[in-house]
Amino acid sequence: MISYVAALSHTANPLLWILGSPLAGAALLALLPRWRAAAIVNVVVSGVTLAAALTLFQHRPAPTRLLFIDDFNIYLVALTAFVGFTTSVFSAAYIARETAARRLRPVHLRFYHSMYQAFLFTMLLALSANNTGVMWVAVEAATLTTVLMVSLYRTREAIEAAWKYFILCSVGIGLALFGTILVYLAAEPVMGDGADAMAWTLLIGRAAAFQPDLLNLAFVFVLVGYGTKVGLAPLHAWLPDAHAEGPTPISAVLSGLLLNVALYALLRFKMLIAANGHTLAPGPLMVMMGLSSLFLAGFMLYRRGDIKRLFAYSSIEHMGVITFTFGMGGAVANFAGLMHMTMHSLTKSAIFFAVGIISQNAGTKRIADIRGLTVSHPFLGWTFLLAVLAIAGLPPMGVFMSEFLVVSSTFARQPLLALPLALGLLLAFGALVSRVQGMAFGTPLAAAGHGRPSPMANAMAYAPLSAHMVLVVVAGLYLPPVLVSWFQTVAKLLG
Amino acid sequence: MFAHLSYDVAHLIGATVLMAGFGLLYQRRLQAVLNTFAFQALALAAAAGWQAHVQNAPHLWATAGIALVFKALLVPFALHWLVERLGIHRTVETALSIGWTMIVGVALVALSIMLVLPVTAGAAALTRESLALAMSVVLLGLLMMITRHNAVTQVVGFMALENGLILAAVSAKGMPLVVEISIAFSVLVAMILFGIFFFRIRERFDSLDVQYLETFRGDRQ
Repeated sequence: MISYVAALSHTANPLLWILGSPLAGAALLALLPRWRAAAIVNVVVSGVTLAAALTLFQHRPAPTRLLFIDDFNIYLVALTAFVGFTTSVFSAAYIARETAARRLRPVHLRFYHSMYQAFLFTMLLALSANNTGVMWVAVEAATLTTVLMVSLYRTREAIEAAWKYFILCSVGIGLALFGTILVYLAAEPVMGDGADAMAWTLLIGRAAAFQPDLLNLAFVFVLVGYGTKVGLAPLHAWLPDAHAEGPTPISAVLSGLLLNVALYALLRFKMLIAANGHTLAPGPLMVMMGLSSLFLAGFMLYRRGDIKRLFAYSSIEHMGVITFTFGMGGAVANFAGLMHMTMHSLTKSAIFFAVGIISQNAGTKRIADIRGLTVSHPFLGWTFLLAVLAIAGLPPMGVFMSEFLVVSSTFARQPLLALPLALGLLLAFGALVSRVQGMAFGTPLAAAGHGRPSPMANAMAYAPLSAHMVLVVVAGLYLPPVLVSWFQTVAKLLG
Repeated sequence: MFAHLSYDVAHLIGATVLMAGFGLLYQRRLQAVLNTFAFQALALAAAAGWQAHVQNAPHLWATAGIALVFKALLVPFALHWLVERLGIHRTVETALSIGWTMIVGVALVALSIMLVLPVTAGAAALTRESLALAMSVVLLGLLMMITRHNAVTQVVGFMALENGLILAAVSAKGMPLVVEISIAFSVLVAMILFGIFFFRIRERFDSLDVQYLETFRGDRQ
């Protein structure tokens, strides 16, 4: 399939395929009444998107006024397409089991599949947009599509979670737009009217001439606005609810992809600020928000009774660490931040895959009612344990490498900041390990799971989980040189 | 001469939007809140239309049209209907008394003027003043969302915030994508209204009072 798409891409911009296939998929799936067929189409369309994304490495299209691919976003586009594809496979198995248990109705599923592709489209558009305004519209549309998916179960809790998510993120998005307008106003005297003053590729070269005070004000709005979507404390209130009440595949893409995309938007603006050189340093603000997220999530992890909420707070913790890292800046810290973004995305979506299977087996999301997984389901139990240890930051997995780099580079430059960082990481580590112990070991309870999966559905549920975990473990032991050199190039760009 | 006129009219319309923002904070009855919002949207449409004329930017007429048809007519009408249909309380429930809300509102306007005017020293006067007004409208909308319990008033607060954003966008000289942005916002607002109606939030939560949402954390051990 890759060679087929590659052959086509000589005639067309691969970005058209990357964005066109999920968009066409969304339209097609809205018309498809049968959910089984829809689940398959969903996987195929995600697969085509992934294949098109991979061709970017062979042939990078020239930037246009609307879309561009550079060193920074190429890997994020690939990562998004990859996790989008694996999640679509997991989703097919998950949905089959939920429908068998009559927890979801076919009419809802038609909607769900269509929204899934629309969501992938908006995220890929946000990543590849060469225009601050288009990026904003894409992030706004991503909010809309996910709200619809979070409310899928139509329970009181799900609607409440969706409503909270909607209101908080709409305000966040609104403030981000104000920041975007301010950046345009800063750029307009230098670049002239029109689309030029909103194109990333053109802005970055002439950012030094922008008015620094206006950029400062803009960055505050952008940080608060997109920071809400990243889930930074104290703007995180929507995140645990939205993760816990939606279908589990959506929790996986929310944590693994959406948070990254919001952070990407923030980092693009930070690059402008860094290129200007006369503004206030954005670092301290990001460091402070990062640390407060880390501590808030670290403490909250101890009191969680719901398994999906537990890992939602863990996402807040990791987003805090990543924001802290980029706030510190410098080649080593940026390297660590990029790596952490990738590893967190892979590991956290793997955890949500496992959590989906676990809660379907147990028929509950309550941690207290889940016990002895390594006894009752040895493969699932041990993989889950491995994934949780990976996210907690135990060597040799990928997250450990990046956390080690963050802590050691912070020690070298700002020892006083390294102390709370290390403390926060230990806090979260302790919470996760104590929580997972009870779930992984002990005598299993008699489970009242919903739905009895077919062997095929089982294989589809386990394959994405295994694939992600293999990548995470391999990345911890051996990072391919091509990835290292990419991380280094982008780390320089980020300043 | 004409430059002065265009500046004064833009300033006047912007100030009308801001005054309507204060008007929203002052109302005690839901119907009055909706009517005030319709008035604000009307003023916004006028502002966008004036900018379309002054900047000679025909696409801004589309923004003005959206503000006029969607925000000043359809949305208030739909909200009136929703309030009627779902039997929502007619009085506005406040978290902070109206007097204090007004004082905080005045402070926010002072803050945005003191913040925006110095940093935009290089920009055109037209843009500077409008931006200060727009930021005040945004902050007042935010204040309304924070200090009013009822979900309908919160939605109105969000739309007032959005009016401020559109005001800023139309005042930014030659900014592209303004129409797309106002369409994106309209879709968002339509979804919110649809959500209130479709999920019958009143039936589900017994009230549209967002405080009820806070009782749920779904996470007691």
